[in-house]
Amino acid sequence: MTDTPLLKVSGVSKFYGSRIGCKDVNFELWPGEVLAIVGESGSGKTTLLNCISTRLLPTAGSVEYRMRDGNFRDLYHMSEADRRFLMRTDWGFVHQNPADGLRMAVSAGANVGERLMAVGDRHYGKIRETATDWLGRVEISADRIDDQPRAFSGGMRQRLQIARNLVTGPRLVFMDEPTGGLDVSVQARLLDLVRGLVNDLGLAAIVVTHDLAVARLLSHRMMVMKDGHVIEHGLTDRVLDDPREPYTQLLVSSILQV
Amino acid sequence: MATPLVVSEVFKSFTMHLRDGIKLPVVNDVNFSVAAGECVVLGGPSGIGKSSILKMLYGNYAVDAGQILVDHKDKIVDIANADPRTIIDVRRHTMGYVSQFLRTVPRVAAIDVVAEPLVIRGVEASVAKENAAELLSRLNLPRELWSLPPSTFSGGEQQRVNIARGFITSHRILLLDEPTASLDATNRRVVVEMIAAKKEEGVAMLGIFHDEEVREAVADRILDVSAFSPRKAIAA
Ligand SMILES: Nc1ncnc2c1ncn2[C@@H]1O[C@H](COP(=O)(O)OP(=O)(O)OP(=O)(O)O)[C@@H](O)[C@H]1O
Ligand SMILES: Nc1ncnc2c1ncn2[C@@H]1O[C@H](COP(=O)(O)OP(=O)(O)OP(=O)(O)O)[C@@H](O)[C@H]1O
Ligand SMILES: [Mg+2]
Ligand SMILES: [Mg+2]
Repeated sequence: MTDTPLLKVSGVSKFYGSRIGCKDVNFELWPGEVLAIVGESGSGKTTLLNCISTRLLPTAGSVEYRMRDGNFRDLYHMSEADRRFLMRTDWGFVHQNPADGLRMAVSAGANVGERLMAVGDRHYGKIRETATDWLGRVEISADRIDDQPRAFSGGMRQRLQIARNLVTGPRLVFMDEPTGGLDVSVQARLLDLVRGLVNDLGLAAIVVTHDLAVARLLSHRMMVMKDGHVIEHGLTDRVLDDPREPYTQLLVSSILQV
Repeated sequence: MATPLVVSEVFKSFTMHLRDGIKLPVVNDVNFSVAAGECVVLGGPSGIGKSSILKMLYGNYAVDAGQILVDHKDKIVDIANADPRTIIDVRRHTMGYVSQFLRTVPRVAAIDVVAEPLVIRGVEASVAKENAAELLSRLNLPRELWSLPPSTFSGGEQQRVNIARGFITSHRILLLDEPTASLDATNRRVVVEMIAAKKEEGVAMLGIFHDEEVREAVADRILDVSAFSPRKAIAA
């Protein structure tokens, strides 16, 4: 158990005019830990995820991240260039819609290779080899490497997006409804894959989902949001099996079994 | 070495917010400890709170008041107030739990389900699998099932996977919630032997066993949970 968190989120709030996006969110995330953010539509999950990942600037609060040199940096006070570099190398962001995270008009291999080039890899043969290896890990056969993602099914695209994000060995991955648009059997396969990769690579991850079964399967810890506020936060199986807050009890009781 | 498990003045109730906020008291003032090499069995009628006690010890249920002290990596951890990260570390290294039913994970083979607790502790995958295979054959799970996900297994087959998974680590504390309920006589005897072996190794065990024969065979002491029932307290 390491004693330093990877991420410290303090007092993060985001208002859209007078409307609350999220309000006063505080937590720490440790290496290897998977946090699920759950809640109904409009509760502020995506807003919070985007604030933490600096895709959105919050109205108040701070997020500190432990860099590879061991020093914490305040993400909102970093230069745009530093932040972009961090996002390209040390982080991954898996979008609900793979089209938002992939370049649809370049080949699958290039989608993965591009991220390697961004961290300074220049050797074409090695890039292609790593890309092929990663396609294999997400169960895309090597003979599809030159196809464009638009020729792929939804599940394949999502797996490609995951490969593109993980190829640089990030320490932190954000996922917004990673299984959202997929049908149930494809979801199970993807979840199993993500679960295996997160375990093998020891990644920290923040996963937004409205699906409690996804939270149960992937996460160690869980935050329940309602109207922009975090109303319950704890060990995932504790929150699901012994929910304390009225709203969490409602959420848990409205599904058959998780 | 400290006593592996000490439970002190623990209270538990459920507040049912969807049913007008009624409060359901489950147990009051629970006090007991389990020594190394001891197997304590929780007794009492259905619904008295036996499983709830195990779940609180494992961090799966919250605790209203009191302490659950566990000797974890030579430090005393209070599960009742520990943060999620600490509880996960306790589960990984110190406290195992065999639930009454296996929670299946899609697409993961039975043998990997069993090996997983070793793998996440850093044991090499091939070694973990060997250990898993040994346990599964001991529990007479047909070899042709090992590479299949347990979701389609029978109740007794799933339960044997669950038992193997719980017994594969050398955790100092093991919680058992009716592990033998859906097993035949042969496999019940295997589990009794496995529990005896854990005792020899000095593992502190706390279990629920409805089967009288099993209970007689494994229990050093029976703790009647009715003694902690709030209803009894009211009646008295
Ligand atoms: N750009 C925006 N401008 C104004 N209001 C916004 C904007 N983005 C989000 N909101 C509002 O903020 C609240 C939180 O939205 P958010 O997208 O974070 O919800 P969510 O929990 O991710 O929901 P879903 O599960 O539907 O994706 C909503 O009321 C939403 O209408
Ligand atoms: N998650 C929960 N939410 C609400 N009530 C619960 C929950 N878990 C248990 N209970 C209630 O707590 C009481 C004790 O249940 P528990 O499962 O601990 O009993 P038990 O002694 O293990 O019974 P059995 O022998 O039938 O398994 C019961 O009234 C039960 O309905
Ligand atoms: Mg959203
Ligand atoms: Mg029970």
